[in-house]
Amino acid sequence: MKYRSQKVAYWFFALSMLLLTLQLVYGFIMGFAHAGMDGLHDFIPFNTARAVHTNLLVVWLLSGFMGAAYYIIPEEAQNELVSVKLAYVQLISLALVGVAAIVGYHLNYWEGRKFLEIPRPLDYLVVVNVLLFLGLILVTLFKGKRKTTTALVLTMGLLFAALLYLPGMIHFDSQVLDSFFRWWVVHLWVEGVWELIMGGILSFLLIKLTGVDREVIEKWLYVIVGLTFLSGILGTGHHYYYIGVNKIWLIVGGIFSALEPLAFLAMALFAVNMYRKGEKKHPNKIALYWTIGSAIVSFVGAGLLGFAHTLPQTNIFTHGTTVTAMHGHLAFWGAYAMIVFAIISYSLPNMTGRKFYDSSRGRMAYWLANIGMIGMTVSFGVAGVAQVYLERIMKVDFMKVQLEIQIHYFVLIIMATLFSTGITLFIIEFIKHGQPTDEALEAN
Amino acid sequence: MLSKKQARAFFLGGTLVTFLIFIGLTVYSLSAAQDQSHKENITESVARGKDLWESNNCMGCHTIMGEGAYYAPELTKVIDRRGEGYIKAVLMSPISWQPNKRKMVAYNMSEEEALDMVEYFKWINNIDLNGFEKVVSPLAKDKNNN
Repeated sequence: MKYRSQKVAYWFFALSMLLLTLQLVYGFIMGFAHAGMDGLHDFIPFNTARAVHTNLLVVWLLSGFMGAAYYIIPEEAQNELVSVKLAYVQLISLALVGVAAIVGYHLNYWEGRKFLEIPRPLDYLVVVNVLLFLGLILVTLFKGKRKTTTALVLTMGLLFAALLYLPGMIHFDSQVLDSFFRWWVVHLWVEGVWELIMGGILSFLLIKLTGVDREVIEKWLYVIVGLTFLSGILGTGHHYYYIGVNKIWLIVGGIFSALEPLAFLAMALFAVNMYRKGEKKHPNKIALYWTIGSAIVSFVGAGLLGFAHTLPQTNIFTHGTTVTAMHGHLAFWGAYAMIVFAIISYSLPNMTGRKFYDSSRGRMAYWLANIGMIGMTVSFGVAGVAQVYLERIMKVDFMKVQLEIQIHYFVLIIMATLFSTGITLFIIEFIKHGQPTDEALEAN
Repeated sequence: MLSKKQARAFFLGGTLVTFLIFIGLTVYSLSAAQDQSHKENITESVARGKDLWESNNCMGCHTIMGEGAYYAPELTKVIDRRGEGYIKAVLMSPISWQPNKRKMVAYNMSEEEALDMVEYFKWINNIDLNGFEKVVSPLAKDKNNN
């Protein structure tokens, strides 16, 4: 750790871990409900559990991205964060808005729009919170001694993510227009600007962990984020095939979303090549595992599994089935959760001074979480394919199909247990590092 | 060999061009001539129905036009499949509806609210979904043919 103010990142990561734990709890509630055990229905009905599960995902990832920015930007800009106090205000307000939203979901107070369930009055608080965050990051960056490509790409991703939140706040009487602009937020976040954030964090980690020249890494970063936008922006069309808008999206969405895996493939090749080119001297092996793992798993989850159902000819059958959950879980895990784990694994020893670089607990956490998530993806996939065949081809009634595929949710629960064990070990490792200290500053 | 400057130009140029095409396509596909949703049929009752759909997070269990949570039945063609009376009975039920033991929240809606929901489903029922409407609810299609 080179700057005292970088310590604020620790608390954003701690909030991330807390919210992730809660997300897993609600995931289990949903898994058990699908398996026929919905004893909590009167207190936490499925729609509550789902809104909490997906919104916690978004908030813990955002908290992780913000932590990453608070750690990376001062080091890249060679400047202390302009106000640590305001960063803590932003952290607390983020946590309060998150808690208010989650409590609201249990009291039937929400917007009922997939992934954007936060009610509009709270949306305004989110906007204020994000503006404060962006203000702190931008002022730090522009007051800094240098403006690196890594810092600019990361900041650009965060800025665009904030701007793209706005179309989701517009009210429409038409369900078609509502869906259309909801995807401006959701798709252009996860298959657009969040990849800029991921690319920025990945680039920072590769520079630090491999020792490869910054110029080489940042040149390829531009190519990758270029490919991301080139395919991802018009790839939004794959959400417009069957929601009541013009057929032109079948062609445009089909072609450009089929190109989307290229960006992820480039990212995976980039990470592996930089590792091979590098000196392999950095002792933090766990951080390297998560970094390279993120690039590879995101290619499989977001790239390949996304491609598996993105063409209109396939999507007409898979749209609105558990096949989407298959792709969604591995994509979010690989691209975003693992990159947050990577920056945590890299920065934690630097902030706390405790160098748990290659512990067996850390390795177990990595492998159990990944094997568990792959098992979950397979469970969703088998359930999804069976659902498509029975419901869409054989014309069996929805609920009868649900009973037929129930067994796969038991497998899902077992795999989720394995995954959660890995996450628990990661969190234990997080806690064992202790809190950040100024002594770590001197040690670096 | 590609320079960093060229790589940056590829990123900025590619992004700008695709973004402008995206905006152009959005304007085109949302123009009145391309409307497939019969937006002239969105009455106040349909709009109130949509607000009820959102304020109760129906999408948290069901799907509509293929979007939602895959826990409860797809409702794009629910009017064809179940009819008005059945839908109203489910929505106005003071106790939890439990088809095949999977529970639905008891919404205990008023007659007026249930009617607004029915109007909303009727509007959805007539949207041209580029062929998806025939796949998503084969049972409704068969019922119409019989």
